[in-house]
Amino acid sequence: MIAAFPEAMPVEGLLGGLLIGLSAAIMLLGNGRIAGVSGLAARATGLGSGSAPRGMAAAFILGLPLGAAVMALLLGGVEIRYPASIWPIVVGGLLVGYGTRLGSGCTSGHGVCGMSRLSLRSITATLLFMASGIATVALIRAGGLL
Amino acid sequence: MKRLIAALAAGAIFGAGLALSGMADPQRVRAFLDLFGAWDPTLAFVMGGALAPMAIAWAIQRRLTRPLLADAFDLPPTRGIDVPLAAGAVIFGIGWGISGLCPGPAIAGLALAPGQAIVAVAAMGAGMVLHRLTSR
Repeated sequence: MIAAFPEAMPVEGLLGGLLIGLSAAIMLLGNGRIAGVSGLAARATGLGSGSAPRGMAAAFILGLPLGAAVMALLLGGVEIRYPASIWPIVVGGLLVGYGTRLGSGCTSGHGVCGMSRLSLRSITATLLFMASGIATVALIRAGGLL
Repeated sequence: MKRLIAALAAGAIFGAGLALSGMADPQRVRAFLDLFGAWDPTLAFVMGGALAPMAIAWAIQRRLTRPLLADAFDLPPTRGIDVPLAAGAVIFGIGWGISGLCPGPAIAGLALAPGQAIVAVAAMGAGMVLHRLTSR
């Protein structure tokens, strides 16, 4: 199967995924909360009215680049390929920020935490953002922009 | 203080997981969504790897009366699918497909590709501000 997808990183993906699940388990069993990045980011910056203590939200958000930097050091660098133009970053970022607030979550809160809880809301949200993401990329490809 | 340290550690482990799994790389994330092109299944492995420990964590959570470091669990509802949930998810997905970015990788990216990640984080912040301004 993997031979058909030379770019795939199944081992690193599984191990990295385990770390993400461990992180969410620490937030749940330790602090009693969902490790949802969009909600915690909004809370940390005062843009969200969630009930998480602001300091706790800020600590989690601060940890993200710290942990990424440590892992990049351990691995001797990680591949980061952003869109060549600034416009997909700006337009995509705006839609991601607005949509994750309106929909109460993103890949971490709905995808990882909610789906593993068998939350109907999160399973619905995850199916919808996966489907709309796939449709968007398909349209961009059909338009010859990819 | 213990809760702050736990949150910082959880954030750092999350960021390390994103960097290790290739999910801090927008092009790899978008390649997962490129089902009709050069599909890259890595994100599915990441999701599987993350769901396994969390399924165990939820099973433990159901047996606990309170979390280890806090007074009570504070969890969102699981039922009640409404228009904001569905519309928000669809809008998020469009942005995700355009950029290959979601909030975690964008914020973690501040340490990996700061010049581009700061633009992504600022745009996401602006989107969140827009939601706040229009939802009152």
